Amino acid sequence: MEEMRVVFAGFGGQGLLFAGKVVAYAGLIEDREVSWLPSYGPEMRGGTANCSVTVSDEPIGSPLIMDPTALIAMNQPSLLKFEETVVPGGIILADTSLITRIPERDDITVFELEATNMAEDAGLKGLANIVLVGKLLKETGFCSVESIEAAIRKAVPPRKAALIEKNLQALKLGMEG
Amino acid sequence: MAEKVLMKGNEAIAESAIRAGCRFFFGYPITPQTELAAYMAKRMPKEGGTYLQAESEVAAINMVYGASAAGARVMTSSSSPGVSLKSEGVSYIAGADLPCLIINIERGGPGLGSIQPSQSDYWQATRALGHGDFQMVVYAPSTVQEMADLAYSAFDIADKYRTPVMILGDGMLGQMMEPVELPERRTELPEKPWATTGHGNARPKNVANSLYLVAEELERTNFERFERYAQIKATEQMCEQVDCDDADIIVVAFGASSRIARTAVRYAREEGIKVGLFRPITLWPFPADALSATCDHAKAFLSVEMNMGQMVDDVRLVVNGRAPVDFYGRTGGVIPTPAEVLDKIRQINEGLGE
Repeated sequence: MEEMRVVFAGFGGQGLLFAGKVVAYAGLIEDREVSWLPSYGPEMRGGTANCSVTVSDEPIGSPLIMDPTALIAMNQPSLLKFEETVVPGGIILADTSLITRIPERDDITVFELEATNMAEDAGLKGLANIVLVGKLLKETGFCSVESIEAAIRKAVPPRKAALIEKNLQALKLGMEG
Repeated sequence: MAEKVLMKGNEAIAESAIRAGCRFFFGYPITPQTELAAYMAKRMPKEGGTYLQAESEVAAINMVYGASAAGARVMTSSSSPGVSLKSEGVSYIAGADLPCLIINIERGGPGLGSIQPSQSDYWQATRALGHGDFQMVVYAPSTVQEMADLAYSAFDIADKYRTPVMILGDGMLGQMMEPVELPERRTELPEKPWATTGHGNARPKNVANSLYLVAEELERTNFERFERYAQIKATEQMCEQVDCDDADIIVVAFGASSRIARTAVRYAREEGIKVGLFRPITLWPFPADALSATCDHAKAFLSVEMNMGQMVDDVRLVVNGRAPVDFYGRTGGVIPTPAEVLDKIRQINEGLGE
């Protein structure tokens, strides 16, 4: 399978790093090469946050993604910052609950999803990140449904095990969206 | 085979050190190393070990000195400015011929610098982390797995040669997560007959000290230490070579920048450029023998670093005029991109055709 390079970008607190971790775990479960690299620094406090996740069959070179095959954007500034970096043929998943201006590039595919509103309406407040992971899986098929579900079980820390079920629901919501 | 888990580089070093028998950690918090100390704070008490956040870096390294003198497997970790503060203590530890592990998860410098990844402490690590006639073994892992593996074996090397050992990482490697298979727990550790453990006057006393008032005595200990260094240079050089066998151009890079260089080399190969990656795993001893051997066929060298050009000095010493040695780097916490390195490789390749 092609190498998948995903940039997750949005505000700190939207669960971008966790969403990236779920995708990385899914790759690990399928015994593929994976890397997960967060942005870190003062900008994480209330500002923008992002992480780079690569899933590949080859050893991964630079874990810092400059040319994503997929961008998950959870706010307008993040979309503006990264939209030009997406490779031709790549995809953007935009949370249109928070994004109003959609990219005009015609060499990529943009999927609009009101992930934040969808999650809230379904009683899954704060799980828009996982809704978008579901959508990513639907559009790329980068792993099996079993693997992503197992990844959620692994990525949710034991003290928050009660949230596993809600995460699985959010995933399903995204896969249907 | 043990199950692979997803861990940050900082955490993998910590867990692996515990499995290697390290039961004492003394440190002081600093970004981007903090997860390592935090992991130790959580785990050490459960292992019956000691995690202590000292009042300063200077205090922490002197606690390392004490624990090492008493025969314990002990470590500290920090990031660039914090490592500078520890330099006096490292020199004392080297002078007393004591083993320990020091982690530097580098950030941009000089001064307080930035908190972003950097490799600008290469000179400090390989030339002079402290005053006096000493060196230490320096490892430069490039993956989370290698961080775990080297943290584990570093304690053996430190004990074997009675020397401080450093793992030189950076903010990128420390912060990133990759799958890692952790090593088995050590059950038996080497005997340390030199340790100051207390013996009820059953043997002559052991002394851990670096003070010699008679110059000839100090000279003798330095001679003896450098005999060990010669042995380390002869037996402990480590490197990885990718596509170097037929390469016209050899890109030399370590740690995080070798990841970027690896991608650039792959792209350049796809364009038909005969280029390889030479990755030093030990920075001291520098893998001079293997790099020198590539001079048989290599027509040009390029050192790629996250600094203003430090390891390039060692590359030039080894190549010794047999081929041109070029440099590409970004500094201050800026990470070079594969595209930038690829451009540089193309430029060098065009120059070869002339």
